[in-house]
Amino acid sequence: MYDFAYHKPSSVADAVALLGDSEAKALAGGQTFIPVLKQRLNKPSAVVDLAGLGLSGITVTATTVTIGASTTHVTVANSAEVKKAIPGLANLASWIGDVAVRYRGTIGGSLANNDPAACYPSAALALGATIKTNTREIAADDFFQGMFTTALEPGEIILSASFPIPEMSAYEKFRNPASRYAMVGVFVAKTASGVRVAVTGASQGGVFRHTAFETALSANFSASALDGIATPADGLNSDIHGSAAYRAHLVGVMAKRAVAAAA
Amino acid sequence: MPQVTLTVNGKTASVEVEGRTLLVELLRDKLGLTGTHVGCDTSQCGACVVHVDGKAVKSCTMLAVQANGAAVTTIEGLAAADGTLHPMQEAFRENHALQCGFCTPGMVMSAIDIVATHPDGLSEAEIRHCLEGNLCRCTGYHNIVKAVSAAWPVMHGKVAAE
Repeated sequence: MYDFAYHKPSSVADAVALLGDSEAKALAGGQTFIPVLKQRLNKPSAVVDLAGLGLSGITVTATTVTIGASTTHVTVANSAEVKKAIPGLANLASWIGDVAVRYRGTIGGSLANNDPAACYPSAALALGATIKTNTREIAADDFFQGMFTTALEPGEIILSASFPIPEMSAYEKFRNPASRYAMVGVFVAKTASGVRVAVTGASQGGVFRHTAFETALSANFSASALDGIATPADGLNSDIHGSAAYRAHLVGVMAKRAVAAAA
Repeated sequence: MPQVTLTVNGKTASVEVEGRTLLVELLRDKLGLTGTHVGCDTSQCGACVVHVDGKAVKSCTMLAVQANGAAVTTIEGLAAADGTLHPMQEAFRENHALQCGFCTPGMVMSAIDIVATHPDGLSEAEIRHCLEGNLCRCTGYHNIVKAVSAAWPVMHGKVAAE
């Protein structure tokens, strides 16, 4: 790892000022970023630790679950309120990485990084979350813009993510057996206005909505409604762990399991 | 260079580090606590697991500066002053839960966290799920799971330790 200056600001304004340096990078839980630094894939002059900004915490209202950006995966996974309001979201958090990673990794870091195999982006997109930053609110549909790419401007910091509470939701992922990231993960959310299905891990373009599945499930919320609906393999990841065609098949299998788990 | 002040195994340490210094490097290279191992150095294997403010974390994936002000416990801090092993260490010994021993410090630290966070009971399936972040390349998982299971009642005061 190259060396860098370390800053731990105690206010969002100070953090934004420090990130005004184009060579500076924000550090959330570090469970992706520190390995990236070790591989010398990134060479920031300064690292701005966001842990002192007081952005941790969960607020649940009748309609919304709002999770502070610095909230760790284990906190979401163990939250009785989240389990009750959006069980699919708590379950998703309980299967990210491993115990030690879940103690350090944060929801804000996961959303900002938008790793194509990360779990949280699928929940944000399927639930129609709103990402609140220091300057604005961004709808999940506009937030995720491709592999490792989001709507965030340089120096913009996520403060929280708000998830509308659905009628039913569930997440199922086919895990890479060694590293446990989502080779394919599918989040299904049923609301009064219809069903949304988001797929992570599968596509070269990162998380995406599966509109064919959404249409079928909005008409009939059961796993059998997905029978015969093929997922195109075009643009899906193909690597030593699975071909694009295999991932396309897994999308259907995981979606059916998620619907069965939610219903 | 940044100054990091933290408590390690009950003792205060104040150490000058670089921004890039990892917690595991601080423990091993600055404090000489080489019981914490670096296995994969890619946050997969869990040989480097220590407790930071009571939580099992991978010390190869945390900067030393992030531990400023924290209380850290390593494998060296588990046994009593008279050498009496921690119940988890004793359970590993009793159940032959180690072969080469390289993964053992991280396994023990993770295992203690697992037992502590499951006060109402701990199934074999839960132990295996919770140990996913710790790899044993001797593949001695079966006895490790047995040891964690055996330590649960002792740590929770359900049976007297012998």
